Amino acid sequence: MSDLLLNWLINIPGFAAPFAIAALGLIITERAGVLNLAAEGFMLAGALAGVGLMIHGAPPLVALGGSVLAGMAMGLIFAIMAASFRINHVIAGLALVFFAEALTSYIASAERWTNKAISGLEPVFLGQDVIVYATPVLCALTVWMLNRTRFGLTIRAVGENPGAADAAGIDVTAIRFAAILIGAALIGLAGGYLTVAVSRIWVDSVVGGRGWIAIALVIFARWHPWRALLGAILFGCIEALIPRIAAAGFDVPRYFLQMTPYLATLAVMIWAAARGRDRWSQPAALGQHHIREERG
Amino acid sequence: MTNALSLCSVSKSFGGFKALDSVDFSVAPGEVHALLGENGAGKSTLMNIACGLYAPDEGHVELEGRAVTIAGARDAAAKGIGMVHQHFKLVPAFTVLENILLFNPGRAPAEIAREALALADRMGFEIDLDARVGTLGVSEQQRLEILKVLVAGARIIILDEPTAVLGEDDGRALMALVRGLADSGSAVILVTHKLHEALYHSDRITVMRQGRRIAETLPAEMDPGRLTTLIVGEHIVEEPEPSPHVGGARIRLNQVRLAGDGGRKGLVDVSFEVKDGEIYGIAGVSGNGQNELAEVLMGLGLPTGGSIEIAGHGDVTGAGPAHRRQNGLACIPVDRYRHGLAGSIGVADNFAVNGALAGRYGSWLWFNRRKARAEARAAIETFDVQGVRSLGQKAALLSGGNAQKLVIAREFQGAPQVVLAHSPSRGLDVRAGAAVHERLRAARDRGAAVILISEDLDEILLLSDRIGVLAGGRLVAEFKAPANRSEIGAAMVTHD
Repeated sequence: MSDLLLNWLINIPGFAAPFAIAALGLIITERAGVLNLAAEGFMLAGALAGVGLMIHGAPPLVALGGSVLAGMAMGLIFAIMAASFRINHVIAGLALVFFAEALTSYIASAERWTNKAISGLEPVFLGQDVIVYATPVLCALTVWMLNRTRFGLTIRAVGENPGAADAAGIDVTAIRFAAILIGAALIGLAGGYLTVAVSRIWVDSVVGGRGWIAIALVIFARWHPWRALLGAILFGCIEALIPRIAAAGFDVPRYFLQMTPYLATLAVMIWAAARGRDRWSQPAALGQHHIREERG
Repeated sequence: MTNALSLCSVSKSFGGFKALDSVDFSVAPGEVHALLGENGAGKSTLMNIACGLYAPDEGHVELEGRAVTIAGARDAAAKGIGMVHQHFKLVPAFTVLENILLFNPGRAPAEIAREALALADRMGFEIDLDARVGTLGVSEQQRLEILKVLVAGARIIILDEPTAVLGEDDGRALMALVRGLADSGSAVILVTHKLHEALYHSDRITVMRQGRRIAETLPAEMDPGRLTTLIVGEHIVEEPEPSPHVGGARIRLNQVRLAGDGGRKGLVDVSFEVKDGEIYGIAGVSGNGQNELAEVLMGLGLPTGGSIEIAGHGDVTGAGPAHRRQNGLACIPVDRYRHGLAGSIGVADNFAVNGALAGRYGSWLWFNRRKARAEARAAIETFDVQGVRSLGQKAALLSGGNAQKLVIAREFQGAPQVVLAHSPSRGLDVRAGAAVHERLRAARDRGAAVILISEDLDEILLLSDRIGVLAGGRLVAEFKAPANRSEIGAAMVTHD
């Protein structure tokens, strides 16, 4: 029993880290007022890039760097659609997810990367790898960036009231573009971590809905980085439990456990709504385009 | 003395439309220069050129006698031009200090905080730098807007209809503040609709009409009648007209209560009745229960106590909006673009929606489009809605006055017995406002009971046969026309 417990505990950080990193990326993007539903797609791109580079002999950290770039490449497409061309964020995001699903499957099969085991990222301390230790640091950096820097102030202003930001001489499109790219870099890293450190293999749709859970997690955390880290640990506990419960022979349907992150998110949304609107800290201009009033 | 800012023969066209035609405008340090004109006269376009949002097609901008090009909002701020927009450009979720920081990049927060407090002190008001802007009142937010541009070092301050959102007292306080700005050496441009602000609080008046400068004059040489004539190009003077015939009570409110929550005041035991053929004005400073009263009357919010009766229909306290309409109630809501019209659908459809719901244009299965369009066309003619290029044109493209006329055309279809008008002329120019007033009087004269909720005391005094005053959610006083302006003003600031 204690073996099971220890085994569970050791595995939690590995499950929690990608949730947390993806959620941080989403928070940066969404605090700038861009609703990002494309996280699953960004993570798939990052995951495939990581596997591909590993298969071609790159060291794990270099492979993760490739994941970051792959995430940003997807982010660039999203930024051009959502920030520059002001396409509806929901439509642009959903389109990118399906595009990424198909594109990654195609590349994986064309390059014969599917089902090839890779070596992966090794633990450095207490059975955990370097990305796990970097996660709280990234979280602290995000909090500092959003709350203590001028760049963070402009990101939040653009997300809360783009009209006011525009009047203050801030380039709303440029700030949103930057926020999408920074967010996409983190989300790509989270995707890369899934294959390079956790599964160590590519199968189609390897991300398995974790991008969607990260979106739920952001709502759960009400767009706050530290709360997102806590939520990620909570969701990580649940995910790490699923295979171990089955292994220990308990008869709990795994589907029930799989829906707990979403149930928790629904509960938080209902709780926040019941407490009144001002407690609901969603960025006021989330998903809204800013077009300066012009005549003629 | 050299002018702080001069706009020299500027012209600007949008598409084929000439918004500005060779306009000269200048303002000197220490001066308040009022800019008057109807909606669409070109005031906003002129000011947008002054603050760098538009580049002029012809002509140029001079700062202290030197020709300059102003490239955008940030450049304007750097050159000492500060614009206080009519719709505040503040981030409600931010603190006061964060809002000032946002507008003043590249300087240390501590230094900005010090300067903001010193400036506020010099202007004679207090401000809490850590307060969330969303929790501040309208007049505090406006002071913050002014403070924001002052911290940025503005010496030329443009105020776009600054008192449109303020009550009487706050408006007076703001005018004193504006004078203080000029006395401390700033050049102030006051864009306004209100004649008395130009007449009593400015040093110079420029009047614009249809993209041209019609006159530049001194307040001492003007009176309200002459100024109105300059603004609209014809003589419009509205005089109070008593009701020709007052009948029996039509709508009666009995001890109506509405629970307040958070920022909302609620209503406390509001009782009044309005008779047929009477305009009942509800005066009060903004935020004293006007919105709540309107919601209760429309049936959008159910009162938590008391009752509402409409003669001939009995008790309607629990009736929703659809039911109230069947009982002969028509509403001209406060925000015509948000609650009065659906901006992205056509003019004819906006007109037909009430009639369609009442079964006038067929059943739920079938919509008699031809009849709806024919009636819409006739109503547009009757109610003089201008700027309608086609019946399918989006309602959002109508100007404020014409949008309001469309709302009135729809609401007055079927001769309603009770009319609720909430700030019906807010944001409208003199001519459009007078047209709206004429429609309300016409409804009254044919025997409807009209409830006029307005924060504009002039409008209340002009139209009402009787006046109730709302303060803190209570009806604190009632007056019969002709009423004494200062007594009403005193009742408006009653505190319990």
